[in-house]
Amino acid sequence: MSEPVLEIDDLTIRFNLKRGTLTAVDGVSLSISKGETFGLVGESGSGKTVTARSVMRLIPTPPGEIASGEVRFEGKDIYQMSDREMRELRGQHVAMVFQEPMSALNPVFTVGAQIGDALRTNMGMNKAEAQERTVELLQLVGIPSPGSRLNSYVHEFSGGMRQRVMLAMALSCDPTFLIADEPTTALDVTIQATILELISSMIERFHMSLLFITHNLGVVAHACDSIGVMYASHLVELGTKDEVFANPQHPYTVGLLNSIPRLDVQEKYLTPIDGYVCNMMDPPPGCKFNPRCKQAMEICQREIPDWKEVAPGHFAACHLHSQQ
Amino acid sequence: MSDAAMSQAETAPTAAEENLLDVRNLTKYFDLHGDLVSRLAGKHQLLKAVDDISFYIRKGETLGLVGESGCGKSTTGRLITRLIEPTSGEIDLHGEDLLSFSAQRMRETRKDIQLVFQDPYASLNPRKTIMHILSRPLDVHGLATNWHDKRERVLELLNLVGMGSEHIDRYPHEFSGGQRQRLAIARALSVNPELVIGDEPVSALDVSIQAQILNLFRELQEKFGLTYLFIAHDLSVIRHISDRVAVMYVGKIVEEGPVDVIFSEPLHPYTNALLAAVPEADPKKPPPRLTLSGEVATPIDPPPGCRLAGRCPLAKPVCAEVDPDLRGIDGDHRVACHVV
Repeated sequence: MSEPVLEIDDLTIRFNLKRGTLTAVDGVSLSISKGETFGLVGESGSGKTVTARSVMRLIPTPPGEIASGEVRFEGKDIYQMSDREMRELRGQHVAMVFQEPMSALNPVFTVGAQIGDALRTNMGMNKAEAQERTVELLQLVGIPSPGSRLNSYVHEFSGGMRQRVMLAMALSCDPTFLIADEPTTALDVTIQATILELISSMIERFHMSLLFITHNLGVVAHACDSIGVMYASHLVELGTKDEVFANPQHPYTVGLLNSIPRLDVQEKYLTPIDGYVCNMMDPPPGCKFNPRCKQAMEICQREIPDWKEVAPGHFAACHLHSQQ
Repeated sequence: MSDAAMSQAETAPTAAEENLLDVRNLTKYFDLHGDLVSRLAGKHQLLKAVDDISFYIRKGETLGLVGESGCGKSTTGRLITRLIEPTSGEIDLHGEDLLSFSAQRMRETRKDIQLVFQDPYASLNPRKTIMHILSRPLDVHGLATNWHDKRERVLELLNLVGMGSEHIDRYPHEFSGGQRQRLAIARALSVNPELVIGDEPVSALDVSIQAQILNLFRELQEKFGLTYLFIAHDLSVIRHISDRVAVMYVGKIVEEGPVDVIFSEPLHPYTNALLAAVPEADPKKPPPRLTLSGEVATPIDPPPGCRLAGRCPLAKPVCAEVDPDLRGIDGDHRVACHVV
């Protein structure tokens, strides 16, 4: 793979709340190369969305705090960037698509006005150029009769169409990097299939890199080249999609894959992960997964496991591997 | 009753095995009233949420009701409990039509049909303790007379759903989503129901917790011989939990049959489309794709004919004109399609 576009290096993000300190992201490192599609998977509260938002510097500080680590885009630490550079990064290089288009888009402006605004601000277009380009973009993402939909408001679109509008807006600045945060979670499965197809085709067509946040292992299995699995603020496993699915090495990843009911055969009982996610305000010492882990050892309760390369390019943070 | 409705009712098997629930030609139209001008002109817009569906559930089995948002699956669940009143149709429990029951009789019958909702954050009263929440149905149905009995029963219920007795005096906010859903299930079971309707009971849960709750549903079914109507949009969940499956699209049941048949030999183009769109958690499986064109049809004043006609790759002229009946293929397998 070519040179990394995005590098997240030992990133720790804390939220200082009244009730105490919550570590949402703890020592996460990953890198995404040019043209790579990376899926960050985990359950609610695992820190995947916070990680993604930190790339756009969308973590509210306070209460949030980048306690340590760096996020580099094309080699440049984004937390050292000036406001002007940051604006340029958000406007021209990195774009983001959110889960809820209804709350991410402005309900009181027409779709044409919103996308046009982005084009005029970021691309320096005049009104007529912006309008023309907006129609092209809407067409590109498969909105029927785009010319007449310019004057529609967000509520006049269906869920799937709204997500297309958001994608059109994201693409408006010719980004090289797309962050998609659960873009299909609110959608029905048939609509999800079309949006996933659309995102894949856009990635290919515009040679973008993708950071895809989802809780759905089925979605990453088809939308991404590599995946990272997060559990309770830690990245626990990282590798190519084929490796991780065929040969999962962290007990949490194994547990997740076993929890999913299968479509091809009916099993009487599933194999869930026992217990519940730890309280993030008061996490257990050592590996955060140890209270739920069937293979937990004494060391798991004391020490946070280091990364171990279990196969070329395939990493897991688990004491089971550091023992061998 | 229309001809279509007649033939649909006839294909539903009569009580060869004991059917706990028999739903016949169940219909719910919502009148949208519309603006003043159209009202004055006497025009009514009807949202046909559930449009003449018939199905049955045998005692002790699980019927999975699957479909996308707005297809009428939740409305169906609510109609069966008479949380909303149907426009027409028949809902037989043990052969007696619920719709003919008096308010008093219906109240008594409600303990036989219990609901578990999707959002355990909304379905448990935040101001009440678990003791209160789980013993309230006992009060309502006069099933426990003194405090001591109630407490015993609540402890038993907690144990049943895998929660410790230390939780009894806590409040809902002290529990995670998965634990709350266990509590909601315990409440449903408190009155020893025969039929439990789960309306997307695992959709709000993370996958590792979802598996726990699905196992719990299965354990309880084995233990008490419960009958389930399991409503969900997730096909792999439906595949896992159901004995038989009914697929709904815009107010209609388009296909119904034993779970293995529906998932391995689906006939209806919509069932096929749903299955092809599921992204399986295995990179070696084919990627999800959509085999239909366009968007979901609207249930508001739907055109005549098959609701899928405008999107279906197999559509013939007849599909846009005549609404297909749900007809038997073999055994329990029924499909509503002119083409297949």
